[in-house]
Amino acid sequence: MKIAVLSGKGGTGKTLVSVNLASVARSATYIDCDVEEPNGHLFFKPTILSEENVFVKIPKLDPSLCTGCRKCIDFCKFNALAYVNNKPLVFDEVCHSCGGCVLVCPEQAFSETDKLIGKVKIGKSKKVDVYTGILNIGEATGIPIINNLLANKETTIEKPVVIDCPPGSACIVMESIKDADYCVLVAEPTLFGVHNLNMVYELVTLFKKPFGVVLNKCLDDENPSKLFCLEKNIKILAEIPFDPELGKLNSEAKIVAEKSNKYHDLFSSLLNTITKEVLYETTTNS
Amino acid sequence: MKIAIPVINKDLNSNIDASFGRTNYFLFYNTETKESVFVENTAKDSTGGAGIKAAQTIVDNGADTIIATRLGQNAAYVLQNAKIKIYKAINGSVNDNIDALEKDKLDTLDNFHKGFHGRGK
Ligand code: SF4
Ligand code: SF4
Repeated sequence: MKIAVLSGKGGTGKTLVSVNLASVARSATYIDCDVEEPNGHLFFKPTILSEENVFVKIPKLDPSLCTGCRKCIDFCKFNALAYVNNKPLVFDEVCHSCGGCVLVCPEQAFSETDKLIGKVKIGKSKKVDVYTGILNIGEATGIPIINNLLANKETTIEKPVVIDCPPGSACIVMESIKDADYCVLVAEPTLFGVHNLNMVYELVTLFKKPFGVVLNKCLDDENPSKLFCLEKNIKILAEIPFDPELGKLNSEAKIVAEKSNKYHDLFSSLLNTITKEVLYETTTNS
Repeated sequence: MKIAIPVINKDLNSNIDASFGRTNYFLFYNTETKESVFVENTAKDSTGGAGIKAAQTIVDNGADTIIATRLGQNAAYVLQNAKIKIYKAINGSVNDNIDALEKDKLDTLDNFHKGFHGRGK
């Protein structure tokens, strides 16, 4: 069972939910796809077992072969090539490694070289396997790292994979939820929170993923995000209260489900609810 | 001298556009013939690499000089490779800036911001 946890922006409690879901399972795999700012490892403090560098292919020009036809320039939709002084200039950091220019050049003037863009760290924290993706600063896209992180992950109902997605709803988030069996959207109880929730809501409906919402930082007052869910008939999976104690534990990078029975119960029941939803989906869709 | 200037409107009396990659038009002004041509900035709606593509337009239109408020590193790299001189715009209209340049009163621009790569977009 692969559970992707999303939110429209950072700081809504996405990592809180992901980390605690993984921690209450009998065993689990936690994957931090928030490659620009991975912080799940701060909670798990895993023992690192291995590290893998992630490379992308970058075109390299042999100027003596270039005849100046500009086909590569016209082709590159990422604007990573400029034509100056009768030859293309390659902007490595803008290049998305699509390989198009290499194919399109009639003179085979481009070859491909490897460029390091980041790494994946694999570690273990008690019964949780912790995968952390790290994108080097200034790189065009973390998608190759996401693909590396998500490749070949064994999972069962008893050993869920929890995917802590990057914030927002861009390509990199789509890549992160691609193989998810279920999506958990984390939302804050404000009007701005509704706006962010709507972004990820549109994304998961577009991808036809089964999903539900976790309302975070709930107070007794009116909760616009809750109203949004009721209006749209979206399943509310859990409500996490606004609680200074939780805030304190979380800011100290402690796993709340390990420190407090109340939160252990809350996240266990959340995992249970999600498991039931996934089982229900698989039986109704098969 | 053929000067390129990012502008919001096709009007010599309007102000210079502070943005480069996302500006609406580029004015190409030829100081010898006094001719001005406005070219649409096709890079405007690019999600990434807008500065590079906009700089390509400047190069392809044969400018040897540009007046801009600010420029990204990538755009500057393209322009510098094409040996285009980069000057810093002053407050005032497009005309004021051309005037100032012709009187040699503009400073060169040599401080370029880091590119916004449109990461993950
Ligand atoms: S590999 Fe693709 S993105 Fe990179 S320069 Fe070539 S065409 Fe552009
Ligand atoms: S497609 Fe090949 S030959 Fe044509 S400009 Fe690009 S590198 Fe040169």
